[in-house]
Amino acid sequence: MALPLGTAAVLLFVLFFELARPRLRRTLARARLAIARARRGHSGESYDPGRERRAEQRARALLRSCVDEEDWEIYNELGFLRVLGPVGAHAGEGPAPYAYLIYPHKPIVAYVPASGELLNEYCVTFPDHTRPFGSSRLPHSDDVLAKWMAITADERRLIGEANMHLPGRQVDPERVRRDLARLSRWERERTERELGGVRAA
Amino acid sequence: MKPGHGEIVLAEGDVDVPEEERELIEAFRRELDAGMWAAVPTEGLAGRREAELVKSFDEVPRDAERVIFFPRAAGGAAPAGR
Repeated sequence: MALPLGTAAVLLFVLFFELARPRLRRTLARARLAIARARRGHSGESYDPGRERRAEQRARALLRSCVDEEDWEIYNELGFLRVLGPVGAHAGEGPAPYAYLIYPHKPIVAYVPASGELLNEYCVTFPDHTRPFGSSRLPHSDDVLAKWMAITADERRLIGEANMHLPGRQVDPERVRRDLARLSRWERERTERELGGVRAA
Repeated sequence: MKPGHGEIVLAEGDVDVPEEERELIEAFRRELDAGMWAAVPTEGLAGRREAELVKSFDEVPRDAERVIFFPRAAGGAAPAGR
């Protein structure tokens, strides 16, 4: 007697489960979606495909408003900033003995302007300390501006905070040499344009 | 500057208006307490633009147009890839 009843109970359970499975699946999917929405709502963020592009546009405008016009033109046309050293009180006393190239989200590269010799790479980041795990990065131009502000405000401190490596650790030395050649050509052409403008005037 | 977002205006006001100055000071302290660095874009002795790091509101020049907060620098993880 118990065996047929037990078998019938199992069959009923399986039948009920099979009938209810599509509804259960839909309910679970809705619950997952609701949890995901609640999490996004809680953090005040939702997916916005244009957010990074707008952030970068704002970052470029901010960078432009902070640096010299010549530096902005270098960044706009060549994709990096150049800071002549030493920065601060001794700036402008004769030719710069060294300089830095600032790339977005890459180490700062120190080099000798007179010879083009690469000196060091200084790896520095600006992590979001409020979200130490999985935080987003600064927009490219904000990363460049943060490095520029930190190095022009307190060169020693930034270099002290950075991890120093020999050239070639993260930035391809050939790329840097090409960039220095592009920079040299850009400066020559700019000077020629300015001289041409003066002659024409 | 906020990672993933870029520039966000935190507070605006006139330092000559006491109430607005108080709000600016509160915003300044909040950001520094959150571990941010504060910088004021200035013009250096050589006539080139540079930045000045400030650690308290008193260090901000009275005529400064803005203070930019950005995450504190740290040594990078330095993966060997290019």
